[in-house]
Amino acid sequence: MDLATIQPAILIASLMVSSTPILLAALGEMVVERAGVLNLGVEGMMITGAVSGFAVAINSGSPALGFLGAAAAGAALSLAFAVLTQFLLSNHVATGLALTLAGLGLSALVGKPYEGMKAPTLPKLDLGPLAEIPFLGRVLFSHDVMVYASLALVAAVWAVLRFTRAGLILRAVGESAEAAHALGYDVVRVRVLAILFGGALAGLGGAYISLVRVPQWTEGMTAGAGWIALAIVVFASWRAGWVLVGAYLFGGVTVLQLNLQAAGAAVPVALLSAAPYLVTILVLVIISARGLQGAPAALGRSFHASG
Amino acid sequence: MIALEKRPEPSRLWRAATPLVAVALTMLAGGAMFAALGADPVAAIRVIFWDPLFDPSFAAYARPQLLVKAGPLILIAVGLAIGFRSGVWNIGAEGQYIMGAICGAAAALAFYPAETRAIFPLAVLAGAAGGLAWAMIPALLKVRFGTNEILVSLMLVYVAESVLASVSSGLLQNPDGMGFPGSRNLAQWDAVANRELVAGTGMHWGVGAAFVAVIAAYILMSRHILGFQLRLSGAAPRAARFAGVTPGRVALTCFAISGALAGMAGFFEVAGPAGQISIDFGSFYGFTAIIVAFLGRLHPVGILLAGLLMALTYIGGELAQLTLGLPAAAIQLFQGMLLFFLLATDVLVNYRLRPRRREAA
Repeated sequence: MDLATIQPAILIASLMVSSTPILLAALGEMVVERAGVLNLGVEGMMITGAVSGFAVAINSGSPALGFLGAAAAGAALSLAFAVLTQFLLSNHVATGLALTLAGLGLSALVGKPYEGMKAPTLPKLDLGPLAEIPFLGRVLFSHDVMVYASLALVAAVWAVLRFTRAGLILRAVGESAEAAHALGYDVVRVRVLAILFGGALAGLGGAYISLVRVPQWTEGMTAGAGWIALAIVVFASWRAGWVLVGAYLFGGVTVLQLNLQAAGAAVPVALLSAAPYLVTILVLVIISARGLQGAPAALGRSFHASG
Repeated sequence: MIALEKRPEPSRLWRAATPLVAVALTMLAGGAMFAALGADPVAAIRVIFWDPLFDPSFAAYARPQLLVKAGPLILIAVGLAIGFRSGVWNIGAEGQYIMGAICGAAAALAFYPAETRAIFPLAVLAGAAGGLAWAMIPALLKVRFGTNEILVSLMLVYVAESVLASVSSGLLQNPDGMGFPGSRNLAQWDAVANRELVAGTGMHWGVGAAFVAVIAAYILMSRHILGFQLRLSGAAPRAARFAGVTPGRVALTCFAISGALAGMAGFFEVAGPAGQISIDFGSFYGFTAIIVAFLGRLHPVGILLAGLLMALTYIGGELAQLTLGLPAAAIQLFQGMLLFFLLATDVLVNYRLRPRRREAA
């Protein structure tokens, strides 16, 4: 095994790239859950975003349009979830699963003709002299625009939830739908908007996998990233900053195991490729053992204003 | 505008009717999808739902396949439904199915090339034990640390797939296979082959086990105190705790039952229709069984019917691929739609639609 082939600067830089899809999806799901809705369909929305983004980018030649299309597709799929859970009062868990199953089927169907094609990828943002700084330049200033956009989104979500009236209403709806309703807020409307936001972000995350990280379309390519995003929300105790930490932690594990595989480490390949999932379980255990803190009180409960 | 009004108690009529409505709606929406794909929608629906059973040129092959495909779906779904009714969400049946197949095959292959049929029941038990052990991981973590069982059981599916890839080109690889990945063929080894019980029907040991599971689950859930306690903790967790039902025991019981059944289904599959442990052994049955459980109203008899219907869409889907050139993914989407429409129409069980009255000013 040759550990010298693993360079820290490149490792951290690729960590940021491989974390971005999970970060986007987890951030969206965090907002959804803060509104009291548990959407287990993240995986389905991500893979739908991945295939739509890829198809739009290929047909239009523009990765930017691809990302827009992916966000729209993710939001459209989440709209189905919103209608079912908010208007038809279906069980959140079952509906989320249905969304994932349908998303997997839909993406495989739409993506068939695009297999093996190569999409136009996002160019690296030209930051001039910043990128020339040794080490830091490679780590921080050599990425595409989506990496920075995802970081900006983390800051924006944090600020909105903490400092604005809209954030307060969203949190009120998630903590006690009845109380928010009694105060005159439209619980269903707030929740539907949150679900759409979560869907759009999951779509963006999926498109980042198919347009930047891989960049290709293969069936089932999200490979559980959506589920890991759900776990990260729990890990983060429903706080934006910790979502970032969690996503980068898991991105780090993924990159490290890929690097170790490439370097020919004396660890079975099966164990390495299962590592991100095993680490997810381990972290969930540690977090849960400490007692779950910060879970929105009305999480996963349907709300129906009677009378 | 239409408003929802809560019924005093759930409608029995709609409880039975919503699956039928959902199937009808899925046929309509699926037909539209097939038309968009360039196939004649009426022909596509006929190929999927009618031809496998009644078309003389396909029925001879397709009818036995109905039981072959329905067997594992029913076996897994019956176990999952017990959990779902108790508020325990085992989403990782696919992983338990894979681990059951690996453990069952490993136990059998340890005796290769013995020719005694006694290996078969032993391997079935090993398969059940494998699935059960894999299911105990999320259950014990939930009981001990309060970890979310949905996420853990699902993560373990991906881990099980890694294990499958590893053993099929490692521990269980066929030593006479000239280096190809995959185990020895169990279906061609008389001692452990999962043969048809009645020739030409597709009724193998796993299908028999599925029927037994349906009856046992019915007795458990409707006639036994344990079933009552399970249902109680699903419907009213607080009341169940006051009645002395511990949530931990409920979670362990549900995961044990569903894990063992999924593991058993895995072994029956590897010793019969699949034949060997190989990288592509995972078949999505563990996930489709979730649809089957809901479509069957989480009731054993309903699941029996739902499993047969879902098996029909599998076979009809294959037929539609051959004759109409429909992509396989279209069928997967079709099955997903079915669950969607079922959940959407479910609102009618508990609510009544009323035209919204003008609010008095």
